[in-house]
Amino acid sequence: MIAFASRLLAALTYPRAIDDFVEIANPLHSSREVRARVVAVRPETHDTATLVLQPNGRWRGHRAGQHVALTVEVAGVRRTRCFSVASRESSSDGAIEITVKARPGGAVTPLLVSGALTGTIVTLSQAAGDFVLPELMPERTLLLSGGSGITPLMSMLRTLSAAGHDDAITFVHYARSSEDVIFREELSRFAGAARNPLRVEVRTGDFVAETFAELVPDFEDHDAWVCGPPPFIAAVTAAFAARDAAARVRVERFSLEPAADVPTDAEVRFARSGRRARGAGSLLAIAEASGLNPPSGCRLGICRTCTCRKLSGTTRDLRTGALSSDADVDIQLCVSAPVSGVAIDL
Amino acid sequence: MNTARRLSAADLEAFGAELDALLHRTRTDLGERDVRYIRTAIRRQRSLELAGRALLFASFFPPAWVLGTAALAASKIIENMEVGHNVLHGQYDFANDPKLSSTTYEWDSVCPADQWRHSHNYLHHTFTNVRGVDADLGYRLLRVEDAQPWTRWTFFQPLYAVALAVLFQWGVAAHDVDLRRYIAQPRERTDEDREKIGGVVRKASRQLLKDYVLFPLLAGPFALHVLAGNLVANLVRNVWAFAVIFCGHFPDGTETFEPQVLDGETRGAFYQRQLAGSANFEGGRLLHFMSGHLSHQIEHHLFPDVPAHRYPEMGREVRAICEKYGVAYNTGSLGGQLWSVAKKIARLALPPLTGRSSTPAST
Ligand SMILES: Cc1cc2nc3c(=O)[nH]c(=O)nc-3n(C[C@H](O)[C@H](O)[C@H](O)COP(=O)(O)OP(=O)(O)OC[C@H]3O[C@@H](n4cnc5c(N)ncnc54)[C@H](O)[C@@H]3O)c2cc1C
Ligand code: FES
Repeated sequence: MIAFASRLLAALTYPRAIDDFVEIANPLHSSREVRARVVAVRPETHDTATLVLQPNGRWRGHRAGQHVALTVEVAGVRRTRCFSVASRESSSDGAIEITVKARPGGAVTPLLVSGALTGTIVTLSQAAGDFVLPELMPERTLLLSGGSGITPLMSMLRTLSAAGHDDAITFVHYARSSEDVIFREELSRFAGAARNPLRVEVRTGDFVAETFAELVPDFEDHDAWVCGPPPFIAAVTAAFAARDAAARVRVERFSLEPAADVPTDAEVRFARSGRRARGAGSLLAIAEASGLNPPSGCRLGICRTCTCRKLSGTTRDLRTGALSSDADVDIQLCVSAPVSGVAIDL
Repeated sequence: MNTARRLSAADLEAFGAELDALLHRTRTDLGERDVRYIRTAIRRQRSLELAGRALLFASFFPPAWVLGTAALAASKIIENMEVGHNVLHGQYDFANDPKLSSTTYEWDSVCPADQWRHSHNYLHHTFTNVRGVDADLGYRLLRVEDAQPWTRWTFFQPLYAVALAVLFQWGVAAHDVDLRRYIAQPRERTDEDREKIGGVVRKASRQLLKDYVLFPLLAGPFALHVLAGNLVANLVRNVWAFAVIFCGHFPDGTETFEPQVLDGETRGAFYQRQLAGSANFEGGRLLHFMSGHLSHQIEHHLFPDVPAHRYPEMGREVRAICEKYGVAYNTGSLGGQLWSVAKKIARLALPPLTGRSSTPAST
């Protein structure tokens, strides 16, 4: 009955969707996408702020450590960027929080931090990512973050603490200076708690393997979750590798680290527009450079806004380096580079 | 009438550069204002559509029928012209919003959006008023300039024009396939033709189902009232769209061209051809809005992918540039332009006076 009614409504509103009419009265409504109201923007440090988001009923919750792709409108143009959910593990109801650092000159993050979006509606993806804690916690856990990389680990810390599973956890955060410590008060509350198998340390300055070894002498015996800027991640993984424990480290990166063997100069045919182009890098960049304007969002292979049909040819996944020669498949333009004979339905 | 010869190559280049500069200035200024504008238009259109459909359900009360039909007609006009036509031109693609994207938008018309983007955006806008290439020139049905041959059938063309006005959305839907050739030369049919016809059939059935079956059935005893209201709303939209578009290309003073002009055509010459092939009509903000700003057909043909609500402000500059270079800028009242089109269709229905056909007005 409901199925029939919704088919009837769809036929009556064609070529619009039913949503297009409901939206007029309730902009938060959507039967497909997650939308959220920005309930509040709370400053954290001089360049970071936490956005409290109240999602609509499409939100399916997140696991600690996962991120969302957030779409906002900047000067009339929709832009999508990724942010880890910083609040503790969520189910489908209730607000979630992201904590954002303003990148100087960035298109999106300064606007988010400014607070100007309070009360507006933004679009979210479902939570994604496999930077999460296992069902069964390891014997000893190390959560290690640098700068704004604290956010996914903060979600883990908050989740574990709320569930009372915070024994044998060591949380070490590195910030540039004491003014730059995000969540400072909350961290010191954790650090000062009476019941203290949970250990929280905050350090300023760069990660240095020697001083870190003084702080956690047996760090190679921990399972580690690490997030921070690229040099930070490089230094941490090197320290673990030096003690033959590279396999115990899981990392979350905030920027795309392209695979080493990025193709050089392949020809691409854009079938629908009849254009041809040459170039290196992602098909998205090549398409844009040749005057096409395919939809895009995160540009990191996360949101799937850029999904497009590959008609033929070989492409390389910029994240993993894997080759794909299937014809007639959907690919993500932003993380696929042409290798040979590529034709795209654009 | 022949402006094309008067400009020197250097002037033509400077003329093109000034229009390019205007285009560039406007492009870099696109943003929130444009997105807000089109979303407001969309909200108004949808509210009108809901109101119109609701009023028609109450159409046992005659004023409700009149109001409902008027609201639905207005909503269809806004949806087709200010929203559909302009979004499908890619005017709002810059916003990166799937709901405003030329590649995904589908409009409330029996013509599938993708076919229209080919016949209109590509063929008509690139080859505007070029004989033999731009099928919008008389819609393969009407003789709209002296150079076109006259046959006995041409004599009845005022009737064809009325029929085209009444059935305009069907004319547009039959446009990309060249239905005439399809019917007259069955052996020339291609798979592409068949695919396109299939597309029109699928789209049209959904449109017909909605307006002429489902909404009337839902109205129960007032099915006929609702059916009549929907029919009249579609008719009003058809006639209005026909009028706006014919005023944009066929009043006196618009020119047509030989295909040779396309060889190595410069920016300046392209702009000049677009100017010569288009005409504006004047009016208040409501008239511009209800015509999807195609009242500014000239600006639309110069800058087809710039948000149309910008045309009035751009038009002032275009006009100044035209005056500076002595390029004709064809504008008039809506009534005047319509009258001029009607006269032309009537005059060209008659056989050419001897010698007339060999000296076409513009070559
Ligand atoms: C999984 C993940 C989790 C993250 N979590 C957090 C977090 O919790 N907190 C936090 O502060 N940061 C987080 N980040 C980083 C955050 O996404 C970036 O700081 C943010 O994208 C910067 O956006 P910006 O617009 O301010 O900067 P910009 O410099 O304007 O843009 C940065 C990115 O956008 C792309 N870009 C450039 N031009 C365009 C264009 N024209 N259209 C579209 N894209 C363009 C670039 O490729 C670049 O990658 C996370 C990143 C990832 C991948
Ligand atoms: S732009 Fe988000 S997946 Fe490609």
